[in-house]
Amino acid sequence: MITATVETKDSYLTHEYGVRSWLLTQDHKRIALLYLAAISFFFFLGGIFATVIRLELLTPPGDLVSSQTYNKLFTLHGVIMVFLFLIPSIPATLGNFLVPLMIGAKDLAFPKLNLLSWYVLMAGGVCVLYAMLEGGVDTGWTFYVPFSTSYANTYVILTGVGIFITGFSSILTGLNFIVTIHRMRAPGLTWFRLPLFIWSIYATSIIQVLGTPVIAVTMLLVAVERGFHLGIFDPALGGDPVLFQHLFWFYSHPAVYIMVLPGMGIISEIVSVYSRKKVFGYHFVAFSSVAIAVLGFLVWGHHMFVASQSVYASLIFSFLSFFVAVPSAIKVFNWTATLYKGSISYETPMLYAFGFIGLFTIGGLTGTFLAALGFDVHVTDTYFVVAHFHYIMVGGTLMAYLGGLHYWWPKMTGRMYPEGWAKLSALVVFLGFNLTFFPQFIMGYLGMPRRYHAYPEEFQVYHVLSTAGASVLAVGYLIPAVYFIWSLRYGKIAPANPWNASGLEWQTTSPPPPENFDVTPVVTREAYDYSILEEMKVG
Amino acid sequence: MANHSLALRHQFDDVEQQKDASTLGMWLFLATEVLFFGGMFCCYTVYRSAYPAAFGQASNHLNLILGAVSTAILIISSFTMACAVNSAATGAKNALVAFLSLTILFAAAFLVIEMSEWRMLYQEGLMPGFNFTYKEIDPAHVQLFFCMYFSMTGLHASHVTIGIVILTVMAIRAWRGAFSPAYYTPIEISGLYWHFVDLVWIFLFPLYYLIARHLQG
Amino acid sequence: MAEHIVTKKQYSFVFGALLLLTFVTTAVGMMDLGRLNVVVALVIAVIKAMLVVLFFMHIYWSTKLTRVVVVSGLAWLALLLWLTLTDVLSRGWLGFPGK
Repeated sequence: MITATVETKDSYLTHEYGVRSWLLTQDHKRIALLYLAAISFFFFLGGIFATVIRLELLTPPGDLVSSQTYNKLFTLHGVIMVFLFLIPSIPATLGNFLVPLMIGAKDLAFPKLNLLSWYVLMAGGVCVLYAMLEGGVDTGWTFYVPFSTSYANTYVILTGVGIFITGFSSILTGLNFIVTIHRMRAPGLTWFRLPLFIWSIYATSIIQVLGTPVIAVTMLLVAVERGFHLGIFDPALGGDPVLFQHLFWFYSHPAVYIMVLPGMGIISEIVSVYSRKKVFGYHFVAFSSVAIAVLGFLVWGHHMFVASQSVYASLIFSFLSFFVAVPSAIKVFNWTATLYKGSISYETPMLYAFGFIGLFTIGGLTGTFLAALGFDVHVTDTYFVVAHFHYIMVGGTLMAYLGGLHYWWPKMTGRMYPEGWAKLSALVVFLGFNLTFFPQFIMGYLGMPRRYHAYPEEFQVYHVLSTAGASVLAVGYLIPAVYFIWSLRYGKIAPANPWNASGLEWQTTSPPPPENFDVTPVVTREAYDYSILEEMKVG
Repeated sequence: MANHSLALRHQFDDVEQQKDASTLGMWLFLATEVLFFGGMFCCYTVYRSAYPAAFGQASNHLNLILGAVSTAILIISSFTMACAVNSAATGAKNALVAFLSLTILFAAAFLVIEMSEWRMLYQEGLMPGFNFTYKEIDPAHVQLFFCMYFSMTGLHASHVTIGIVILTVMAIRAWRGAFSPAYYTPIEISGLYWHFVDLVWIFLFPLYYLIARHLQG
Repeated sequence: MAEHIVTKKQYSFVFGALLLLTFVTTAVGMMDLGRLNVVVALVIAVIKAMLVVLFFMHIYWSTKLTRVVVVSGLAWLALLLWLTLTDVLSRGWLGFPGK
């Protein structure tokens, strides 16, 4: 039933050749690879900005670049990493590839819309790149007014338009996933038999659909105010700059859950497979995903504690922010319980999963510190916050993404990556990451402000450690870039189910045929049922 | 009957599932539009609660008759759109094309009225960014009112324009016989979009035109 | 899902109601009801909106999922407005300077 030979069968990769067959494809698997190429480009571009930033910060005086250039560097690093890398990353690559496969469907509900959403992302990316090449933008990725509307002399409108456009890519992807998951599951695949990755993508899609329009209209208002000299956020006209922040963070806080929820879904899959145990507390994990999506919309004011938001509102947001940590913690406990008495193996995806669990816990805990008003007033706009969100975004999401890429690479390409090099990179990433960002917690607590390129002598030792760590981290990211590409030609041929995992995606060939399944599967068992795999093993 | 018009896509099992998915997809899109306009409604709410007197003053500079007529015109266009959907469902091709054309006509009429209102406001010196010369009571907050007014009606007008394009495409396809009682989903979901455009105006009208009319002499 | 065709006659009742309500809201808008003006205007707008959503947009006959989508969109907007207003309207309540 599960065939091991691949080369003789027509896969989605070999079905058609030529540039047009890729650029005009409606196959969700090919679109996933188009996204993979795009976001990998943006990741390395954002990384270049990070490199220059860390080089500047090696010495206390602001001597490598001018202040305005430095402002542009961290702005572009943020804009590219958030909007052009992290937000699309897991949903648009792994999500696009896996959602139809995991639910036993032939494709997403709206394949043409799927292709359109890739082109929309590219259009937005081109806008941002054009703005960057013309001189960039220096407002911070947060575009606070009135600086961005009235005083900045950089390409605010163009970058804002770029973000507006990429937002639609995100909305269309989320919309596609919601309809697909609701209406196209295979016979027998009830909601509580779904893999937890699907639950997390579903929850993410809810956030994408309900949150992204607000950032879109916010950037539109900034562009309109700046372009037509209207005064919606202009204090001189009675406009309220804090209103901008409310609108901005209404999306941008849930956005961080768009970034981390799919990562959590990947971790659920990986932890289960490499401990040969079903995920402990499946229902809790599934409901937690949705809870995070909903609660994530109630806490945005915690970004505005020192922005002259009323103390009364700050109290409410602080209180709610403690709540949102609960479902995340529930997931961490459930993963730990899954590992307990499991038959654990240390393949590369599992190494990334361990990294995620540890680093996300630290990042999440420091989030609860920041939710406390008294503490936040002390460390807001310092490197403590920078460390907090990098622990979650890089130590969390990026690690999960790498883990997922490794885990599903055989399915996507029909090739295995080199395990030795992969394990080494995972270790290098983990060490480099902690060396980069842990000193930032300390120096932030001691008072090092964020977005400053000149700083007092006393912080230099932390910055040097951080930059050293960043160089190690860079190596850790470059090695997989090389061996993934290498594996496409020279990697070992992958069987249909190299990890002996459950899940419908493993019931078809590696790589899958264009229509995903020869026969529509019928599901009769719960998710993560490893006992049936033992029965089914052919010799 | 032309079977090509059923156009069952390969990812779906049957036409029912396809129609269901398309409708759900359009409703999700409309939910995003609620939040999209909603951001501006939020700005409006914050500012009106802060400056009620100025907003009342400013509102009385808008032409109530034109506003009310615009509202009626959009409601009529929603009615003709609903009748178009009914015609598609009952296979009345000529009626379908006629009702779609009427909807487009009323939509265009709405835009004409809107643009003439804008022109009048410009000439009265009430268009921020282009010609704002109001100097009477509380000019700063009156200007804020008009910033919001033009932003919101502008965004709405852009949606009306997109709607006209969509409906024109639908009318042409309908005239060429693309729809039948077995397949008229694009008409239905275009209708959903059009009704949404009407819904936004149903709120814009009282919020901008009816704040303090009793003060007007 | 039942294929329910709404007749033009049914639509015209809704249409009539919408026009009537537009007339009413304009007329009431000319009266001075103090704080009630905005309440009445919004209530009438909501009724008109419900007529359009239920009957022109067929929610009256739709699946539960579609209704959840509609309610969610509105609920999220309410959330945005409510928590933002919580800040804007409560500035100065707790006596901290500048907040």
